[in-house]
Amino acid sequence: MAAKAKFELKLGPATREAFGATLVELGRENKDIVVVDADLSKSTMTYGFSKEFPERFFTCGIAEANMVAIASGLAAAGKIPFAASFSAFLMTKGFEQLRVTVAYPNFNVKLVGTHSGISIGEDGPSQMSVEDLALACSLPGFTVIAPADGVATSALVRAATAMVGPVFIRTGRVKVPVVYAAGQQFEVGKAIELIEGSDVTLMAHGLMVAESIRAAETLEAEGISARVVDMHTIKPLDREAIHRAAAETGAIVVSEEHLVDGGLGVRVAQAVAELHPCVMEFVGIRNTYAESGTPDGLLDKYGLRAPEVAAAARRALARKK
Amino acid sequence: MRKTKDLAQLQAIARGVRRHIVEMTGAAKSGHPGGSLSAVETLVTLYFDVMNHDPANPRWADRDRFILSKGHAAPVLYAVMAECGYADTPVDQLNTLRKLGSVYQGHPDRRFIPSLEASTGSLGQGLSVAIGMGLAARLDGKAWRTYVVLGDGEIQEGQIWEAAMFGAFHKVDNVVAIVDYNRIQLDGFVKDIMELEPLADKWRAFGWQVVEPDGHDIASLQKAFAEAAATKGKPTVLIAHTIKGKGVSFMENNPKFHGVAPTPAEVEQALKELA
Ligand SMILES: Cc1ncc(C[n+]2csc(CCOP(=O)(O)OP(=O)(O)O)c2C)c(N)n1
Ligand SMILES: [Mg+2]
Repeated sequence: MAAKAKFELKLGPATREAFGATLVELGRENKDIVVVDADLSKSTMTYGFSKEFPERFFTCGIAEANMVAIASGLAAAGKIPFAASFSAFLMTKGFEQLRVTVAYPNFNVKLVGTHSGISIGEDGPSQMSVEDLALACSLPGFTVIAPADGVATSALVRAATAMVGPVFIRTGRVKVPVVYAAGQQFEVGKAIELIEGSDVTLMAHGLMVAESIRAAETLEAEGISARVVDMHTIKPLDREAIHRAAAETGAIVVSEEHLVDGGLGVRVAQAVAELHPCVMEFVGIRNTYAESGTPDGLLDKYGLRAPEVAAAARRALARKK
Repeated sequence: MRKTKDLAQLQAIARGVRRHIVEMTGAAKSGHPGGSLSAVETLVTLYFDVMNHDPANPRWADRDRFILSKGHAAPVLYAVMAECGYADTPVDQLNTLRKLGSVYQGHPDRRFIPSLEASTGSLGQGLSVAIGMGLAARLDGKAWRTYVVLGDGEIQEGQIWEAAMFGAFHKVDNVVAIVDYNRIQLDGFVKDIMELEPLADKWRAFGWQVVEPDGHDIASLQKAFAEAAATKGKPTVLIAHTIKGKGVSFMENNPKFHGVAPTPAEVEQALKELA
């Protein structure tokens, strides 16, 4: 991608909306695709699929653990089940079932967590998922994806469907800035370098990709050349991109709408330690549950904004010297 | 606080609580009016008549406990506690519901309101917690009782039935569960999402005493709670027959108002109906 490509970052669809629309398309293309739902279809956006393919849509009631294991059985018998719920409920209530009936037998179940992070807003911590990536990444054999915008979501939901094996896709409630032009190619496990840079690398997933782009623009005005990398696949990590970032820029900032403990940051740090140790900083939620508020108000309060990313980059540069 | 058995007084309190719910969710522009309105008489009867509690002394060791397991109905709990006069639930801040910094979080949160007995919002867990409290009271030889309000959609969670088995097996007769049987959940009518019938038979088969009050008739609720108190050797469940959105014509039995707040015009109309 061009070094000085300007990003407009206009508001586009929520990633859950892109998921819902893509699911309908996939349903038309492949009759093996089935959907299980736990009383949230109008929120997770599986509602469109349920209207067009009622015979392939199964309501489970408010029963996430059962939903996950039903999906396991469907996958065992050759279907491609999508199980969707708020990420908080899908990953925590369904976790033991994910472990024993999906990860362990390595079944082809696609899990889509919506309303992830704190940007769900007013509903507050019980509905916020800030540990879902840690849980999903802990499952052997899982592929874990956190797309930045609608274009990325559509492409990666398609890619996840094309591959065989369990995949967790993390989406959000709110409309997010458009990062990608239509037609952008995505490969699971291959990070995308959005902005070239040589002083520091800003890595992110989800809505922190746009914040990292904004931070890079701020830093550029200060004469700091920041590389921006969208780590849309949290597992398996793109170790090559991480190695390059460490070797070529010598400083990495990882930003995410997730607990710092157990998120992308610690996974990148592990790879950096193994491949090419360098200075790192982390932007994320630190050892707390959030609260109710507007999505924007919460992202401000909990420091998930471009200024915090830029500040972390400056700290990293200072330590690099 | 003014506790009372007087029906007219309790009904007047219920009307005031309904007005709060409409105003709070209207001001918040989000939240769950339907399931808050369906539980009004249940909570008013508990807090203003049945339960032993002292708003001036919220940590009184012998108080009865209350858990709103269907935590999304937080507005009804906040409004009732505010009317009771708990210091950490001020009436004049009810309309800060769901705003950054408000004690009135989207779902009940003990970090903000210490007088709450539990933080809830993830459905399916409150019955277990209530039974744990009941066991503790029994171990301590205490007479206090625990009340827990469940949604009908909520009891689709498997944990509810694990707890139901436990409660009967261990004869936890100081716990009363109330199912707010409004027949609507998030995505639509319960019968279309995951039918619960025959519901009373299910609870009976699990070993519970079942009472089926009209959940909007305070006298019927009072009678049901009295029957629960008189039932020994097993826990009691009230299957409270209710109407989601009760009291506001355009919200009644309307799945839309599960999780959609009234517009300013709708608030105005609702308050007229609740005058
Ligand atoms: C474990 C869990 N799954 C899903 C949700 C999302 N959710 C919130 S309210 C609700 C429907 C609840 O229906 P019901 O229990 O009947 O409540 P009521 O009708 O009294 O509002 C759902 C699915 C949740 N809060 N917790
Ligand atoms: Mg209901």
